[in-house]
Amino acid sequence: MLNAEKRKTIFLLIPVVVILTGYVLYPTFETFLESIKRNGVFSLQNYKDFFGAKSAANFEALWNSIWISLLSVLFSALIGIPLAYIFNRYDFPGRKFFSNIAIMPIVLPSLVGVIAFMFLYGEAGLVPNAIKDIFNLSEVPFSIGGISGILIVHAYTMYPYFYITTSSALNNIDPSMEESALSLGASKFKVFWKVTFPLLTPGIVAASLLVFMVSMASFSAPFLLAGGFRVLSLQIYFSKINGDLEMAATQSVILSIVSISFLLFMRWYQGRKDYRMASKGIGAHRSEVNNPFIKWTMVSIGIIAMIILLLPHATLLVLSLVPDGAWTWQTYPTALGLENFRLLFEDPHIWEPVRNSLFMAFIACLGVLVFGVITSYALVKRSFIGKNLLDILVMIPWALPATVVGMNLILAFNKPSVFSFGNILVGTFWILPLAYFVRFLPLVVRSTNAVLEQLDDSIEEAAQNLGAKWFYTFRRVVIPIILPGVLSGTLLAFVQAVGEFPTSVLLYTLGNRPISIEIMNQLRMFNIGQAAAYGMIQVGLIAIVMFISTRIFGVKADKAL
Amino acid sequence: MSTVHLSQITKQFGKVTAVKNLDLVINEGEFFTFLGPSGCGKTTTLRMIAGFYYPTEGVVKFNEKDMTTVPPEKRNTGMVFQNYALFPHMTVYENVAFGLKVRKISKKETKQRVESVLEKVRLKEYINRQVSQLSGGQQQRVALARALVIEPDILLLDEPLSNLDARLRDEMRAELLRLQREFGITTVYVTHDQVEALTMSDRIAVFNFGECQQVGTPTEIYNKPVNDFVAQFIGETNLLPIIYEKTIDSQRVYRYKETSIYVNESSHNIAKYQETDELYISVRPEAVIISENKIEGNNVFEGVIDLVQFTGESLHLLVKIDDNTTIRVTELNQGIESYKKEGTKVYVQLPENRVRVVPKMKE
Repeated sequence: MLNAEKRKTIFLLIPVVVILTGYVLYPTFETFLESIKRNGVFSLQNYKDFFGAKSAANFEALWNSIWISLLSVLFSALIGIPLAYIFNRYDFPGRKFFSNIAIMPIVLPSLVGVIAFMFLYGEAGLVPNAIKDIFNLSEVPFSIGGISGILIVHAYTMYPYFYITTSSALNNIDPSMEESALSLGASKFKVFWKVTFPLLTPGIVAASLLVFMVSMASFSAPFLLAGGFRVLSLQIYFSKINGDLEMAATQSVILSIVSISFLLFMRWYQGRKDYRMASKGIGAHRSEVNNPFIKWTMVSIGIIAMIILLLPHATLLVLSLVPDGAWTWQTYPTALGLENFRLLFEDPHIWEPVRNSLFMAFIACLGVLVFGVITSYALVKRSFIGKNLLDILVMIPWALPATVVGMNLILAFNKPSVFSFGNILVGTFWILPLAYFVRFLPLVVRSTNAVLEQLDDSIEEAAQNLGAKWFYTFRRVVIPIILPGVLSGTLLAFVQAVGEFPTSVLLYTLGNRPISIEIMNQLRMFNIGQAAAYGMIQVGLIAIVMFISTRIFGVKADKAL
Repeated sequence: MSTVHLSQITKQFGKVTAVKNLDLVINEGEFFTFLGPSGCGKTTTLRMIAGFYYPTEGVVKFNEKDMTTVPPEKRNTGMVFQNYALFPHMTVYENVAFGLKVRKISKKETKQRVESVLEKVRLKEYINRQVSQLSGGQQQRVALARALVIEPDILLLDEPLSNLDARLRDEMRAELLRLQREFGITTVYVTHDQVEALTMSDRIAVFNFGECQQVGTPTEIYNKPVNDFVAQFIGETNLLPIIYEKTIDSQRVYRYKETSIYVNESSHNIAKYQETDELYISVRPEAVIISENKIEGNNVFEGVIDLVQFTGESLHLLVKIDDNTTIRVTELNQGIESYKKEGTKVYVQLPENRVRVVPKMKE
């Protein structure tokens, strides 16, 4: 019977290994194979070209990606960390409200967010033009675009990573540590640098790594704002569009190496022995601000931050109310109305992309839910050889830029394979749900891991002791307990899949064209209103999901990341 | 109801041996306690009885049935976990009914049995509460009811009182014992708390380093420890290293430094040992005679009171008899004028019929 346990483990592992091999490992391997071929024969020419003088563009793109990412980390940290400190350590009117607003950028899907920024601060943007008109200037005083645009969008969308990790680290610090430093005679300044800050470092480092990776992978912002500026994730797309699959594969491999190294480094860093002590029952620790000048300064910072943070959302809303043709050459829209939303719900042709996205995201998430739970259960509750390897394998699609995931799938399934049951998937409906599945599997595995780790082994043992077989225990005890956490993770994956742009743009067909692609189409036809209306649907979905997660499942919004 | 036979049990985790060559028989209806410091193998042994671990070597039998590799769900044991392991998504009723539902007992009977067991643990009015709404002691009793309702052959309790505060612990101790007697169920209790072990058990097995050091009734364990570990772990004791000198008449004489120590030749006062063993004299603080006047007789030391601790019912005195030896003495509170002062010169006697010679524990 010793083997009964092992048999269960193997039984659980078979589907996990098959799926990960088929849809993560095999596609990555195919991309690698493609990259070492030139016209169908083995050659290292692609790599020579990449680093060689012949196409300096690629090397330049890699370099650009890296420094853009480093600057993104810096700016996000500069916004996120102080904001977290102020909102978590000082008490002033409206604090709670402001701190809820602070994570609002998460509620903006990346493509839609970039569009909002373009119309807000771009050449024809509302803010520069408003300033121009108010002050009667001949030119717009400023506008974003190119590098500055990418950086601003990155800082806006990525600072929540810093904000959230710093906030949770701050709340986990036992106030008595700082108090004991103070009582030993350290000044407040010294306490911050010698006690508080060192305790925040692990969180800050983790957030930095994360932002760096996200920024390396960023696609929507450079896609819309870069102009002639080259970054690697975009180069892959252009190579593919130009039909140079071998070069696209090579670029993917290079970007994969960077991303996977970061993943491994991050695992190592978080796996180190942690010196932070867990103290029981840490209460909130906020100093009330009494000095009226400082107090109102803080309130003003809060209000200004809130306006800046919500302007993109507001812009999107306004844009979605602009009917077709009401805002072309004019500085400001000439009419507002619900026309776009009416069309959206009445015209089946306009509704179709929404339906496609919802349907494909639904299929993908169903798979992610079932398979994510099995994978996570095997990883957390079972012991077997090669667990660490499996854990890394699961996280690879999370570390890889979406563009690379897309390329991998193209190169694996543009020919019949065992894993597609002998079919060619590229060019069919099924390739996109598969891409969403692969992309968002790690997210659900991670959120399930978190809840399963909270579940003490003795709960399962108690059920077993009372006579329940393993499957009964799993169904009646484990699943009901973890379900809220798992569902909120899956819902988050769902809304992200609905808005997914980078893999969609590589893999869509006319028949399964998702929302993000239609947004681009509408934008190209200058039908801003309709594009924004699609965006509003996504924002609405995300808002609903956040609400369900926090109110019904009781999962904190910031846990969702 | 069952007897439990553990024969030649060894359990290894990788290279670590958690339990070594264990032989035990737990009788029907007995309240049997595994006592020992953390990491001594007591919980591992309990989990082998429950079926969560399978022994690396040896046989586990319930009555005459070999259970060594039977999975936990087929053993019909009822276990109460240290953290209770209540199902957080179920009510009190659902938690207790879980084992009956698995056994496909009819709804009507389930209801009846759940209500009756909840009545026994005095939680009937909480039947529809969520378990998270209960206090620690109440959760404890739900866990107990859940284990009892399936009418297990053996009840297994893994440090069930360790998460409760002192007063509640006393209360639950009595409650547990009452229920155990009422159900007459064979019970294995794991604890590191010697007071719990002494007050509740029919018999105790003392563990250390994965080995069972001694099995016996509470009075045997306390009065006739087999080695220095048991003497020290259960209750308080003074241990002085000694060397055997000679035997005269009905006494053996040992030497502690310059002093000869006389011990009555009886199984009460001398534990079994081999000639090569290191020996200690063990004397309980309450057995030591203390006086400010010179005491006539054997085994008398002269010393100075180093510290007086007042605990209410008694006084603990630390008497320094030489530079690095103090003897702990407990005197019952006999009224305020009898209290001794720190710094007083006193005489202490280790009565020859109250001391015990024990060998050093073999590792």
